[in-house]
Amino acid sequence: MRFSGSATYVTTRDLNLAVNAAITLQRPLLIKGEPGTGKTMLAEEVAAALGMPLFQWHIKSTTKAQQGLYEYDAVSRLRDSQLGEARVADIGSYIVKGVLWQAFECETASVVLIDEIDKADIEFPNDLLRELDRMEFFVYETRQTVRARQRPVVVITSNNEKELPDAFLRRCFFHYIRFPDKETMQSIVDVHFPGLKPALLREALEVFFELREIPGLKKKPSTSELLDWLKLLLAEDIPPEVLRSKEQKAAIPPLHGALLKNEQDVHLFERLIFMARHNR
Amino acid sequence: MLIDFFLHLKASRLPVSIQEFLTLLEALRQHVIAHSIDDFYLLSRAVLVKDESHFDKFDRAFGEYFKGVEALPGMEVLIPEEWLRRAVKKHLSDAERARLEKLGWEKLMETFRQRLAEQKERHSGGSKWIGSGGSSPFGHGGTHPEGIRLGGRSENRSAVKVWERREYRNLDDSVELGTRNIKVALRRLRRFAREGAAEELDLEGTIAGTARNAGWLDLKLRPERHNAVKVLLLLDIGGSMDDHIRVCEELFSACRSEFKHLEHYYFHNCVYDYLWRDNRRRHSERIATHDVLHRYGNDYKLIFVGDASMSPYELLQPNGSIEFNNVEPGAAWLRRLADTWPHSIWLNPEAEHSWPYRQSTSLIHNLLGGRMFPLTLDGLERGMRLLSK
Ligand SMILES: Nc1ncnc2c1ncn2[C@@H]1O[C@H](COP(=O)(O)OP(=O)(O)OP(=O)(O)O)[C@@H](O)[C@H]1O
Ligand SMILES: [Mg+2]
Repeated sequence: MRFSGSATYVTTRDLNLAVNAAITLQRPLLIKGEPGTGKTMLAEEVAAALGMPLFQWHIKSTTKAQQGLYEYDAVSRLRDSQLGEARVADIGSYIVKGVLWQAFECETASVVLIDEIDKADIEFPNDLLRELDRMEFFVYETRQTVRARQRPVVVITSNNEKELPDAFLRRCFFHYIRFPDKETMQSIVDVHFPGLKPALLREALEVFFELREIPGLKKKPSTSELLDWLKLLLAEDIPPEVLRSKEQKAAIPPLHGALLKNEQDVHLFERLIFMARHNR
Repeated sequence: MLIDFFLHLKASRLPVSIQEFLTLLEALRQHVIAHSIDDFYLLSRAVLVKDESHFDKFDRAFGEYFKGVEALPGMEVLIPEEWLRRAVKKHLSDAERARLEKLGWEKLMETFRQRLAEQKERHSGGSKWIGSGGSSPFGHGGTHPEGIRLGGRSENRSAVKVWERREYRNLDDSVELGTRNIKVALRRLRRFAREGAAEELDLEGTIAGTARNAGWLDLKLRPERHNAVKVLLLLDIGGSMDDHIRVCEELFSACRSEFKHLEHYYFHNCVYDYLWRDNRRRHSERIATHDVLHRYGNDYKLIFVGDASMSPYELLQPNGSIEFNNVEPGAAWLRRLADTWPHSIWLNPEAEHSWPYRQSTSLIHNLLGGRMFPLTLDGLERGMRLLSK
């Protein structure tokens, strides 16, 4: 069981190593990186590559650790009791299994994705320490212990909105996905647009990386924006020459709305172009 | 050997723990990596460093420690000549082999052994040592036509080690203050409370109420929990503040998402009789500072943001304002504000070491009893700590 990217997902050597180390030692893998650098996708790819089912837990600001284990639907039970339903007697029918429970129950080894853990309350990771360490938890309502049949591979992503607690970090492997360099980016694009004309790709990447260099951008365009933009360029059948034109420095690239999504960035960009035109 | 490595990291002030060190040993025991220093670098980083802003520190510490060592246990063994011959056959093209012959096998082996023996010093990019690259005929991935790889995978990477490239330098404590850092710093001010419309189910209350009702459902609702801290932000705008627009915008947007009760007003250089909310309509829609003083309770935390750079007249003289004729000097207004809101600080985007050299900055610094902080991550942290007391 070794992960080394896939036909649809481009990885680097350091990422592969971190993934494999986490799998071998059965520790959670924490992934950080700029938005759109394939953090969420990684878990899907690991699951697909290892042929394991994937259990996804997308975290929101209101998510509680307990919800990943199970929830006791007391309100339904109360309501049923008012109506005199028979199932009221069995507390088990009001226990709703969470993502971790489902993964623990899985016959085969599985992959668990805890996506954007930093969205939750600061204490959230601490509340999961023991469960992730031991891969088991206790259900008070039914007095049973749920234990993982097979320790799942746990991938956790963070966008760095909050610092994570040290005790939690100590238990993880960590990998920071850097923004891809030109070569890696080329492979990523190849994966998504296998038949893309090399000339168009070259020019597009040129424009893209130049755009990222503009100082003062609020949000630099990322991989997913590049891919969207290429899709549009293809749909509109924009020829590579348009991107390369001699005047390029002073021309706004076509469909740039796909790359710059922030109004202020677009203004900044247009101002720069304007200045470039008038300074020549 | 690895204990020294661990202690060296610790001494380099990386926050590494024993638990993580043991994990590293466990990973080595389970052969997560082959005997390659590059892989060891990646593995130890993934296990020991959990924050990309520490990567650069780790790179430096790693480089210092492995300077001259480069060989991991298992790599020090002499490579058998037979293996080398085979490796050469396998890895070199005919033309390359022909050129290699020029040096002669015997000679090559001899030099090779010698160098292994001499190998005590650093050998990264030079042309003599058996580094993993460079133009020495030994070491892997080099460009020398006579190069032979020893361990590691063929990737033809440049001679400089990954850790020597210092690629993470710009992540080091993100000197740049970005919204996220600001938010993390502002979180110090969090104080959760339940206020407002009752919209959330209070489960415990409901159960208790229902029990009291002899089993008939008694639903109880309560307001959602949110950050109850109240902040009044006064921002200097225009003039010398133009240089700091970006960081101020970031601070502002972070504040807006963090505090439910956030009020903001603008001033120019110093606060006088009027403030305004919308900079485009500063002349038509200004608000008397007196009104602001009375509008917000003293539980608000007051944060000034400004470079405190102005002529001392603007602070000390009536009519000193560059914009209009103020009856009272700016200093009187500042004092009044600071008295109304005991929890107040001043955030200054100018570098802290420049403050003493600017008269107006010193004046305001004193006026606020020293509660001026630079608009850096550290300054914000200090400021927030003081405000949360
Ligand atoms: N290495 C890669 N190989 C192939 N496609 C990639 C790669 N990196 C990013 N992509 C493309 O970019 C898209 C965005 O990836 P993903 O949603 O996983 O990013 P993310 O890091 O989770 O972003 P966010 O921080 O916004 O959640 C993917 O759907 C994929 O199309
Ligand atoms: Mg994501």
